[in-house]
Amino acid sequence: MDLTPLLDGLYGIPLLGILFQAIGYLVAAIPSNGSNILNQATPLALAALCGVVCERSGVVNIGIEGTMLISAFTAWVVGIAVNPMFGNPAPGPVFGATLPLLICVVAAVAVAILVSALHAWLTISLRANQIISGTIINIFAFGITGYLDQLISKSSPAGAGSFMAFTPPEALVNLPVVGWIFAMFLNQGPLAMSMIILVIGLQIWLFRSRWGLRTRAVGEHPRAAETVGIDVLRLRFRNVLIGGVFAGLAGAWLTIEATNSFQIGMTAGRGFIALAAMIMGRWTPLGAFGSAILFAVFVQVSQLIKIAPPEGDLGTIMGSVPAQLWDALPYILTIVILAGVVGRSIPPAADGQPYEREAAA
Amino acid sequence: MSASTPSAPRPQPGLVARAWARLAIPLVVTVLAALVGAAIILVSELLVPGVEFSWTLPITAYQALLEGALGSPEAIVSTLANSAPLVFGGLAVAFAFKAGLFNIGVQGQFLLGALGAVIVGVWVADWPPILAIPLATLAGIAAGAAWGFIPGFLKAVSGAHEVVSTIMLNYIAVALLAALVSGPLKVPGSPSPVTFDVGNAAWPVILGRIGHIGIILAPLAAAFVWWLLRRTTWGFQVRAVGANPDAARYAGMRTKRITIGTMAFSGALGGLAGTCVLLGVTHTMTSGFGTTVGFDSIAVALLAGSEPLLVLPAALLFGGMRAGAGLMQIKAGIPVELVDVLQAVILLFLVASPVLRRLLHLNTARNEPATPRATNMVPDVPV
Repeated sequence: MDLTPLLDGLYGIPLLGILFQAIGYLVAAIPSNGSNILNQATPLALAALCGVVCERSGVVNIGIEGTMLISAFTAWVVGIAVNPMFGNPAPGPVFGATLPLLICVVAAVAVAILVSALHAWLTISLRANQIISGTIINIFAFGITGYLDQLISKSSPAGAGSFMAFTPPEALVNLPVVGWIFAMFLNQGPLAMSMIILVIGLQIWLFRSRWGLRTRAVGEHPRAAETVGIDVLRLRFRNVLIGGVFAGLAGAWLTIEATNSFQIGMTAGRGFIALAAMIMGRWTPLGAFGSAILFAVFVQVSQLIKIAPPEGDLGTIMGSVPAQLWDALPYILTIVILAGVVGRSIPPAADGQPYEREAAA
Repeated sequence: MSASTPSAPRPQPGLVARAWARLAIPLVVTVLAALVGAAIILVSELLVPGVEFSWTLPITAYQALLEGALGSPEAIVSTLANSAPLVFGGLAVAFAFKAGLFNIGVQGQFLLGALGAVIVGVWVADWPPILAIPLATLAGIAAGAAWGFIPGFLKAVSGAHEVVSTIMLNYIAVALLAALVSGPLKVPGSPSPVTFDVGNAAWPVILGRIGHIGIILAPLAAAFVWWLLRRTTWGFQVRAVGANPDAARYAGMRTKRITIGTMAFSGALGGLAGTCVLLGVTHTMTSGFGTTVGFDSIAVALLAGSEPLLVLPAALLFGGMRAGAGLMQIKAGIPVELVDVLQAVILLFLVASPVLRRLLHLNTARNEPATPRATNMVPDVPV
């Protein structure tokens, strides 16, 4: 069936036609960029999971951005140090994984847990302001990674390379209609794939397990949770550390899956966009994942418009916007969504409030 | 933050003890941060290949830092000039804090302020300075205020948390600036994206080679913000909303309007910081225009405990560190980013000061909170 006459007709309508053109452009662009979109969504979704685990138990973690940055740097530096020890191994058969790369991931996660422990200690044990603590972590992360990067980059060392994407069988990808979905989910590196598993796992864990019930209880009404015998402070501490695992994976994605190098400030606000995704996903793992995908679509489209702008009136309009402004599209979208959705999105009741034991006061 | 009046009369400790109680935390924190910085320098020497290890490198680095900040009249002027935008930015963050708002968007307001100043400044570059300077300065302030208005408005109308929206506006400001400077504002035929000079709109230099009038305006601004907060009805309302929004609403204050006004005023101060750098220092704008002022401002406000007058010494400390960082890099090969680390460590120890107080046996802690306390400075709304 040839849709051209129909589309030409629709696109010809003033104003409304431009909307049709935009939809047509997205419909054409999204499937062919499916795996890029999921790839871009990976750090957002992982960081949003970190936010979900923390905030469901009542701790706001705005230091995700900094945590990601430090673990991204760690993954890169550990790669530089470890790779020669193992004799610079060739990429392995599965995901191009090598022992040094796996060590990088472990190191990134470990450092992220350490940074999260600092946040947990400041906010839970000392009851410091959670936003101030997170901001300090962000300033520290930017400073320490920038400082060490300046020193290390002088000798422009080689890292441990990066993971490679899995190549799904041609027959699967070339299936009509659904082939692009297989490409989107299977043509991915190990961190992106583990993200999908983690999202589903956390969704079940949060809503179907004892730990999940306790977490939600502590986030809604810590005093009541304490009266039934839940150790509020310990549970919050543990949740913030678990959140660190997700932030660490998100950071590792930046330097050993998406790229194989480190740049100063390379998180580029992803930690904050992830928080918006978490809010938009109403503090649920699956919702956060969906929002992360939406953001990734806009990141991808904002890049695509610069390379292959749509044709027709829409293209003319888009072409008149300076290229640099398209970079701002995901950020503008974040604000619009925050302003539009947050009113109907209700946070855990005790989110952001330090908990003080009655006996301890 | 005025809860410093003890409820019951207590025996007055001696002068030395009182001074110690007041200064102990800032002093101990600074010394500890310097020690941590030294440790970082030493450890990083081990990590970087091809560098000969020397135990004295931290001392060399700190000497250079001090020399660059205070070593000569020129260095002192440089410290003052570096501190001026930090005063404006620090006041911006501190003022918003007073209303319980966390303005992380000073960086964006800074960029917009500079953008407004350069657009009008280039336009009035040939006018007499007496007209050109105020016009360009006001344009910068207005642009910053507009950028601050957006998150305030969104917060009041839809509840969008200002922390996320201001950070997003920072990134949008960067993109907007790049688009304008390499587009309509670019000098035609110039190989790199750069604007025209602001000419007569540049702030006059009054001290040394680079000491622009921002050095005088900064303390005036601090005094003005203090007066506004302590001596005006609006300032009282701002503090009331920050202390307890519900009580303020029951008392008949229009809290949403105050939220918007606070963010716009905070943005205006942020815009003034950008104006200060553009009209006082650079005089033109490149597409990579931007400094660390935005995030340093948060550090300044936290260090000052959001007190407008304490913003001045806090800005001098961080401004001095920025002024000396260049010499530290030249003489000791230490990247200027060490200053960011030192700032973060200072703030970290400040936040952890309850532990320090316990270790130092300072029991006068309740008299003087060093940083905004969780409960009343920032709203309990999650991010």
